[in-house]
Amino acid sequence: MNYLDKLEAEAIYIMREVVAECEKPVMLYSIGKDSSVMLHLALKAFYPEKPPFPFLHVNTTWKFKEMIEFRDKIAKKYDLEMIEYINQEGLAQGINPFDHGSAYTDIMKTQALKQALNKYGFTAAFGGGRRDEEKSRAKERIFSFRNADHVWDPKNQRPEMWKLFNTEINKGESIRVFPISNWTEKDIWQYIKRENIEIVPLYYAALRPVVERDGNLIMVDDDRMRLKPGEQPMMKKVRFRTLGCYPLSGGVESEADTIDGIIEETLSAVSSERTSRVIDKDGGAASMEKRKREGYF
Amino acid sequence: MDSLLKFITCGSVDDGKSTLIGHMLYDAKLLFADQKDALELESRVGSNDGNIDYSLLLDGLMAEREQGITIDVAYRYFTTERRSFIVADTPGHEEYTRNMAVGASFADLAVILVDASQGVLTQTRRHTRICSLMGIQHVVFAVNKMDLIDYSQERFKKIQKEIRILLAEFDHRSVKIIPVSATNGDNITKKSAKMPWYKGPTLLRYLETVDVSEKPTDAEFSMPVQRVCRPNRSFRGFQGQIESGSISVGDTVTVLPSHETSTVKAILEGNQSVHDSSVGHPVTIQLDTEIDVSRGCVLTRDPDLYINTMFSATLLWMDDTKLVEGKNYLLKSGTQKIPATVLHIRHKIDVNTGREVPAKEIYKNEITQCDISVSSNLVFDLFEHNKALGSLILIDRISHATAACGVITQSISRSNDLTWHTMDITREFREHQLDQKASTIWFTGLSGSGKSTLANALEKRLVSMGKHTMLLDGDNIRLGLNRNLGFSEADRIENIRRIAEVSKLMNDAGLIVLTSFISPFVRDRRKAKEIIGDGFVEVYVNTPIEECERRDVKGLYAAAREGKIEHFTGITSPYEKPQRPDIQIDTTSRSVEECVDLLMEYLEPRL
Repeated sequence: MNYLDKLEAEAIYIMREVVAECEKPVMLYSIGKDSSVMLHLALKAFYPEKPPFPFLHVNTTWKFKEMIEFRDKIAKKYDLEMIEYINQEGLAQGINPFDHGSAYTDIMKTQALKQALNKYGFTAAFGGGRRDEEKSRAKERIFSFRNADHVWDPKNQRPEMWKLFNTEINKGESIRVFPISNWTEKDIWQYIKRENIEIVPLYYAALRPVVERDGNLIMVDDDRMRLKPGEQPMMKKVRFRTLGCYPLSGGVESEADTIDGIIEETLSAVSSERTSRVIDKDGGAASMEKRKREGYF
Repeated sequence: MDSLLKFITCGSVDDGKSTLIGHMLYDAKLLFADQKDALELESRVGSNDGNIDYSLLLDGLMAEREQGITIDVAYRYFTTERRSFIVADTPGHEEYTRNMAVGASFADLAVILVDASQGVLTQTRRHTRICSLMGIQHVVFAVNKMDLIDYSQERFKKIQKEIRILLAEFDHRSVKIIPVSATNGDNITKKSAKMPWYKGPTLLRYLETVDVSEKPTDAEFSMPVQRVCRPNRSFRGFQGQIESGSISVGDTVTVLPSHETSTVKAILEGNQSVHDSSVGHPVTIQLDTEIDVSRGCVLTRDPDLYINTMFSATLLWMDDTKLVEGKNYLLKSGTQKIPATVLHIRHKIDVNTGREVPAKEIYKNEITQCDISVSSNLVFDLFEHNKALGSLILIDRISHATAACGVITQSISRSNDLTWHTMDITREFREHQLDQKASTIWFTGLSGSGKSTLANALEKRLVSMGKHTMLLDGDNIRLGLNRNLGFSEADRIENIRRIAEVSKLMNDAGLIVLTSFISPFVRDRRKAKEIIGDGFVEVYVNTPIEECERRDVKGLYAAAREGKIEHFTGITSPYEKPQRPDIQIDTTSRSVEECVDLLMEYLEPRL
């Protein structure tokens, strides 16, 4: 078995354990490349059965149009139970990424996710988090426990020995499960290529209308984008290394319009992928840990 | 050679583990520019005098940065031209030993750091032992901080000798000792100019080339069933990962523990149909006959797997709550999860010397050899033969914490094993099994004082907390055991004596006993206390006689006043108040629930 085979086997083992032992699992589906890989692994793990759990997309209403189209197409193609959850309260209050900064992320993502998990009573949620993404993630277990308020206690994580995952929880508690913890960004791309996995076209370089803001290239995806004085959308050949809310996702100029092109760029990359995610920079080195302790995925 | 090396770094606090890995990544240009920027920035605002503090790269948690120590395992990924690596950087602090074990259970090789200025320390021995327990067969000792001992070959040789002595009791497949300086980068990725006397490879070069592949074994096929896949009536497949050997379509397999056999009809790897598959692959196997197979079963061609309810295992205790004989846990091994009892603690193993030390209780971070029994047949193998079928965890049934991890070292047969025959089922054992402290709560007080009402309510409260209880009162004692006793003085003494002896027996069975008798004489109560011994709790229900008489539920006071009852306590016979009861309770001003709350306040820490 080569390296990718081993990573794949590990992820499949984990997914099967969760389905066998946890009462009500769900798979978080963010439409990004990691989610595409997760879905692909789930299709393989349970074949010829369909993945025996629903998929949950927490929609902030500020996703790229192409992402939503892709989501609907994939859900239809594989006949998935796709649950879309929007924090209606936040929506009614007009919470948006321009005026509300980090409160926006908290209300439309973190709070929305907690609401959704509580509403459906999911006891285990698969996420596509990887340990190479960020320092506090590097310390997180594959089976990560949350108390009834969805809070992570990094100082008191359950020991995780060999392949013997302890899935026992008390009422109200839940588990976040990260089957691709040990994958790197490069592994993800190589696996996408090897398995010929469909991904949102935004990952491939194409001419797109963008403005440059604080060193990031932000795409003008619809007319809700607020331009600052002097900002003028221009067409540039860009692609996105991570996808989220379009006003918060920085693109990179690139010629990589094929999977091989992307892999080549990734191999020689000089910055880690989260630099293009604007929200990580709020709050310095430990911002992600803080958000996770508050219940962020 | 394997394309992937999973290794851990461990060693004592401040041996420089995080610094070593940080430096390796930095030197080997395996960092992204933004990680480097962040590192340099954080070093400047940190306390390391503006020098790059490589450990910041790995110590990811806020609490770790605050305290300057590593608490939990950090995983890092890097690839050189020769190999891909996953490194788990583990904490050195004794308090976080269990987190170190988490890293060790995942790795093929351990890099154990030794501080050259200090030599082999307790923590070095502990980590070497735990690595070995978790199944690591390849070790590298990085003798770090060589700069602090002037790169002295002589000092290095001395430490080398200490290490060789330490290793004598273990059975590693490969060992390497390398002198390094993590801070200055000597022999990390580049050969050190300061140690020309060292002719071996640098640490990185060694890690790139060391062969950790499993010895080719002729192990037979085994696969614990994770789940049954049944998308429709015509398809029934068993999903799991092959843990040893290989399997082909047409092979005969045995299902354990049922011993039924069948033939492999088809094998799927993912959605691909294959003719054969081997160790490591996740598969879906279809059999050609309808036999009973469910999660926890093992499909195998290995005739030597054990099926038993008793075995001996070496455990690393990880819970804050200590281990005692008789306690129940949920045991997970392979894909089986069943109730288990730690029957017997044979001894603990001193982490420094490896010596067996007698012990009856095992605390966090201690290693012990114990005998475990499970409530139904477990399919297992010895850990040295099969990691997946020979490893286990114990889960606390209330907190659900992973209380221990362990490896199975021996199967025990009930009929001929000495342990089983010499083992005593003691009161303590039964108490642990019931998860409570046996005791007798002795209610005394006048007729109508509320003893029975309180004892009843208290028992219900205890049962709702999961305690095991028995209530003794006039109804179940006078009509049975003591039917032949009257109300003479001798009979009253004998009545109390028998009640005390029964309570004592029930305590020995691990039960919490509640007794509700007037027991008016100090002498009799003292006698009861002597018989019952530990766990006797005297509760004086101190309701004034006027109130008891006013209540007079059974009309006894009225009858006594009319002279119809001889020797009626409080009227024609004295009630001797307890001088120093454990609890005194007045029922006139409190509700029953309030009285029970009061009792629980005293009892809860004692039960």
